Amino acid sequence: MAAIVQGIGATAAPSASSNKFLLSSLGSSLLEKKRNFFVVRSDGKCYTGLNQQQRRAQNVVTNAVATKEEKASAAVGSKPGHELLLFEALREGLEEEMDRDPCVCVMGEDVGHYGGSYKVTKGLAEKYGDLRVLDTPIAENSFTGMGIGAAMTGLRPIVEGMNMGFLLLAFNQISNNCGMLHYTSGGQFKIPIVIRGPGGVGRQLGAEHSQRLESYFQSIPGIQMVACSTAYNAKGLMKAAIRSDNPVILFEHVLLYNLKERIPDEEYVLNLEEAEMVRPGEHVTILTYSRMRYHVMQAAKTLVNKGYDPEVIDIRSLKPFDLYTIGNSVKKTHRVLIVEECMRTGGIGASLTAAINENFHDYLDAPIVCLSSQDVPTPYAGTLEEWTVVQPAQIVAAVEQLCL
Amino acid sequence: MAATAFSASKFTQSFSLNSTRSVDRPPLFPASHPLKTTPSSFLGSTRKLSLSSPSSSTSRRRRRPSRSPAVVAVSEVVKEKKSKSNVSLSNPLITNEEGLELYEDMVLGRSFEDMCAQMYYRGKMFGFVHLYNGQEAVSTGFIKLLKQEDCVVSTYRDHVHALSKGVPARAVMSELFGKTTGCCRGQGGSMHMFSKEHNLLGGFAFIGEGIPVATGAAFTSKYRREVLKEADCDHVTLAFFGDGTCNNGQFFECLNMAALWKLPIVFVVENNLWAIGMSHLRATSDPEIWKKGPAFGMPGVHVDGMDVLKVREVAKEAIGRARRGEGPTLVECETYRFRGHSLADPDELRDPAEKARYASRDPISALKKYMFENNLASEAELKAIDKKIDELVEDAVEFADESPLPARSQLLENVFADPRGFGIGPDGRYRCEDPKFTEGTAQV
Repeated sequence: MAAIVQGIGATAAPSASSNKFLLSSLGSSLLEKKRNFFVVRSDGKCYTGLNQQQRRAQNVVTNAVATKEEKASAAVGSKPGHELLLFEALREGLEEEMDRDPCVCVMGEDVGHYGGSYKVTKGLAEKYGDLRVLDTPIAENSFTGMGIGAAMTGLRPIVEGMNMGFLLLAFNQISNNCGMLHYTSGGQFKIPIVIRGPGGVGRQLGAEHSQRLESYFQSIPGIQMVACSTAYNAKGLMKAAIRSDNPVILFEHVLLYNLKERIPDEEYVLNLEEAEMVRPGEHVTILTYSRMRYHVMQAAKTLVNKGYDPEVIDIRSLKPFDLYTIGNSVKKTHRVLIVEECMRTGGIGASLTAAINENFHDYLDAPIVCLSSQDVPTPYAGTLEEWTVVQPAQIVAAVEQLCL
Repeated sequence: MAATAFSASKFTQSFSLNSTRSVDRPPLFPASHPLKTTPSSFLGSTRKLSLSSPSSSTSRRRRRPSRSPAVVAVSEVVKEKKSKSNVSLSNPLITNEEGLELYEDMVLGRSFEDMCAQMYYRGKMFGFVHLYNGQEAVSTGFIKLLKQEDCVVSTYRDHVHALSKGVPARAVMSELFGKTTGCCRGQGGSMHMFSKEHNLLGGFAFIGEGIPVATGAAFTSKYRREVLKEADCDHVTLAFFGDGTCNNGQFFECLNMAALWKLPIVFVVENNLWAIGMSHLRATSDPEIWKKGPAFGMPGVHVDGMDVLKVREVAKEAIGRARRGEGPTLVECETYRFRGHSLADPDELRDPAEKARYASRDPISALKKYMFENNLASEAELKAIDKKIDELVEDAVEFADESPLPARSQLLENVFADPRGFGIGPDGRYRCEDPKFTEGTAQV
């Protein structure tokens, strides 16, 4: 295992344009509004070559503000909420659950005294002791198995993979024991374990530290997979995953740990199986998750300027898919674009395409377009790395193509 | 006791038998008569471990452990006990009741496995079935010392571990027949025996897979005591696995973690010298597995696994150590399986002379002989037990035969502890609320 640099988590000055935009926009005054990310004023300009639908919709679309649909929005009015970064939100969720239930414990490499390589467990070892926040030796397969054994005998462990890629070493335990033992024991033992860690393509971290392994785990029966993308849903999903009696794999992203957001003071738990409506729209459904959400929203800005009205859904639950939210959207827009960071072959997008085709084929006006990362090991060179993942320009082009 | 001066009777025996195989190391120790019935000298660790303070959790740096002999190695204790108790015919190691209990458990294991073979060849059970004949002393010797709350983790050769732990023969047989009344509702099979009531944590098909799970169970025991402050929680976990597993990474990783955190676990190696067709000597650079314990900071003990009383003595000390919070022990039981690796194994590779030699050391006959010599039981009593077990096993088969096969509705039932994990369907309801779901015909 390489030296995951603590500095990554504390990166304050990202170099790529997309992230710079991201941070600056979040720092804008729009943080008062609940969960708004981008405010864009459409100029209502008329473009030549627009089809009927787009011309109709132009008058409707005024901005790309997300409308709040979740219950917490009502509560926000009562208290101001507090601002924090995504990794702090994860820690808050973790701490609240550890306070609530003494059986919740954390195990992983450098989670205790070091505070976690991305600072998610900082300060917890001092508070709860070395046994509850356990620094393990470098033996992923065994300490994941240990977590499973502990879960079977009554504890609720959270296993941290320092990087999701390291979980490849734990694949034996995750695939054979984590997902299966509830079934092979005839329902006698439950395994309420949470396996979490950062993954995804970062800033020139090299091939092995930039893996997107959602696709590797998705076929394992008996597990649930969720991906968080904002401080709000990170905390909510963390809490939900800990409270769930099923084994849950929580995918975080290396580049999203420093997202700042205002979250409610009150306690809230999100639903593990539900998707999140980021921006309602009429023309096309864009399904995405994790970091790609921000690329999509950036592309949405451009698209709105061009007169399109995309509906953006953060699917959050990678396994199982929330076919209700997705289905309703497909029935409304009739066009689907999937934007993901996962590998092209056998990725989450591939499964999602199949699921939508199976269930909502009649509602589609065009074939589903899936934009995924290239099927390459992530290159080190910055330019190559940039072309490995989907960029906003490609998203804009795809939507334009789809809506012709 | 110097580490080199141990009676290698068991080992040289295996060395000489395998002289046709390439053995790089010449036998280091003089061969002694393999059937000598003197109490075997325990090949314990010579390193004495210090009891580091449990509050080291607050210290930031691990101190170099000073070797003050607060904990004595297993061998020393047993030797002391033996010299004190003056083992002789007039002072047996077990009482009458204990003897009968041990005998009954071993006979149950043997009869059950023999019946499994019969049922397999009659087409009542399928797949891979691994029988335990010949190794009963290990299971009985260890598991009969446990409480119900103690955990046992096994491998695919788990029928007899399940029976010794208290899982009813009916439940195990039904499970083998794939019936819904089996201990795992027919969903596990021969290699996946589980019982929450009796704390049998499986049943694993991949070797080494169960050892981390056992380590986790031991971790829970320690957690209960130290974090949840349940001061009387002294549950012990036993992990059973074979000689082949001792070359696997998970074994070493768990030895490290168990010794590091002083987990209440006993690692029991059932060294039957063969991993399917791979002789232990051909697969292992240093075949003395007990030696791997001290390398990680725990006592390593070698014991004659064909003698249930010797196994029991070692087990008592190892389990006692774990219960007192003194940490893990590695126990290597040299034993032998009379049948092939599984019922599909033609077992052509093993030398018939080797098989005959171990067959003459059948643990059940040995215990019988011991009990007669020490007037612990009469012929009639043992015969009564034999009959009782025969009837029990017959009843188990009958019960399994008459039990129903699982219905289709059972297919999706235990995939998730919380069935909402199947997700939300297109109609907005959770999939598990779909009536077709319980019928097993829903699309998920």
